[in-house]
Amino acid sequence: METYLGEKQQARQWSPYINNGGSCLAVAGDDFAVIASDTRMSLGYSIKTRYSTKYLKITEKCSIVSSGMQADIFTLHKVLKSRAQIYEQKHGKPMSTDAVAKLVSRLLYYRRFFPYYTFNIVAGVDEDGVGCVFSYDAIGTLERVKYSASGSGSSLIEPVLDNQVALKNRNDIKKEEFKLTKEYAIDLVKDAITSAGERDIYTGDFVEISVIDLNGTHEDKFELRFD
Amino acid sequence: MFTLGSVLDNELKSTVEDFSFETNFSTNQLMLPNIEKPFEFAQSIIGLEKDLQENENQLMFHQQKKEERKERALIKGYKGTTTLAFIYEKGTVIAVDSRATSGQYIASQSVQKVVPINSYMLGTLAGGAADCQFFLAHLGRICNLYELRNNETISVAAASKLLNNILYSYRNYGLSVGSMICGYDTRGPQLYYIDSDGSRLKNSLFSVGSGSPFAYGVLDAGYRWDLSKEEALDLGRRAICAATFKDSYSGGTIKVYHIDENGWVKISDDDASELWYEYEKKEKKEKK
Repeated sequence: METYLGEKQQARQWSPYINNGGSCLAVAGDDFAVIASDTRMSLGYSIKTRYSTKYLKITEKCSIVSSGMQADIFTLHKVLKSRAQIYEQKHGKPMSTDAVAKLVSRLLYYRRFFPYYTFNIVAGVDEDGVGCVFSYDAIGTLERVKYSASGSGSSLIEPVLDNQVALKNRNDIKKEEFKLTKEYAIDLVKDAITSAGERDIYTGDFVEISVIDLNGTHEDKFELRFD
Repeated sequence: MFTLGSVLDNELKSTVEDFSFETNFSTNQLMLPNIEKPFEFAQSIIGLEKDLQENENQLMFHQQKKEERKERALIKGYKGTTTLAFIYEKGTVIAVDSRATSGQYIASQSVQKVVPINSYMLGTLAGGAADCQFFLAHLGRICNLYELRNNETISVAAASKLLNNILYSYRNYGLSVGSMICGYDTRGPQLYYIDSDGSRLKNSLFSVGSGSPFAYGVLDAGYRWDLSKEEALDLGRRAICAATFKDSYSGGTIKVYHIDENGWVKISDDDASELWYEYEKKEKKEKK
């Protein structure tokens, strides 16, 4: 709008969102899923903390990683954790991975007009024991996929996963001959997020990686570059 | 806390998502931020092209160019698509692509853009993916409740009207839904187009999305009421293929569905670029 002097007034818009950076990814195999996220929390050009967890174990068979604004990640994880607990106490059994995936989608869409600034990935094994990964946008679009990456390093990681997991644009190997083993997937996830740490300033410090299969969840942590 | 004009489901009484053990956690209202002009805030945060065009006159930023405002949007929801549907003598054909974009990044090449509402009705997804997914799933629930209460299958006209009324009450909130409700009921094959502006249109063919002009070209040229089933399915497939070829926001795989009196069936699922090369090969053979 124009003032009486004819100057254009910049409308002051309230924006409660900040991006704390970070990358997350997950890969699903036939009977397992691997999920990983870095732990750096940045603000602009500074690093606020080197260890701020983006990972939450919801049930023994299902976990979530989120990137984006740390405050919204914390709140979303808090809400999700208590909803999962209440479900387990009400129904006498833990939430299935499909149910968790749908719940996350609904929690995000409930805030359609004031979104959680989070980019989530849910991974685990479903009722049949098959590994699954669910990816979301900020307002809750739900899609079940074989692999997914989110966060500031996602455009660096996703093409690697396209090539190595889905075998896209490859002439040297046929889809029928390729089997995604657990060791291969874990190495791939480690390499992918390490490479993202090389080229993305918001990714680095530590990585929390977790492998989920029918026996439960196995969590691990390793270091990335600190620079 | 602001309450919205529309009640999504009459039975569920809770107004706020809370943790009291009396409620069932189901909310019938979406949360709005407690600020002066919540809808403008919502629209400016989420970058969906449609609402930027509509609210040129209303928003404070009317002086700025559309491109600048688009870049300001912090959160880019998944959108961009080509979907089409048409009815003919033997039923309804629906064809969709499967790409979802977030700004210029291809978020996914494998999105399900056709959502089953019940065994003889399908809804398509275009515009904002989260909005369409949520409201079509909600429509499925309402239709199921209708059938349980009234012991008869719901007509396509009624189902589309239900969705239309809900979306009309969310008009100007920045939702982006361009869905087609297609089905087969006692009146024969039916097709309705439902919009987040509140339009509800009935016609024998529609195409929705960023690639729709390209799809319309092929579709309008080849459409007749008395097509055979094979011809109709091929027409739908070709139209989407043409759209994915020319529109950067469409691509991935081309899915084709058919609805007749026995319900809906998924006919095919082909990679868009491979299909294009197959059509090219066929044309070369025919020329020889």
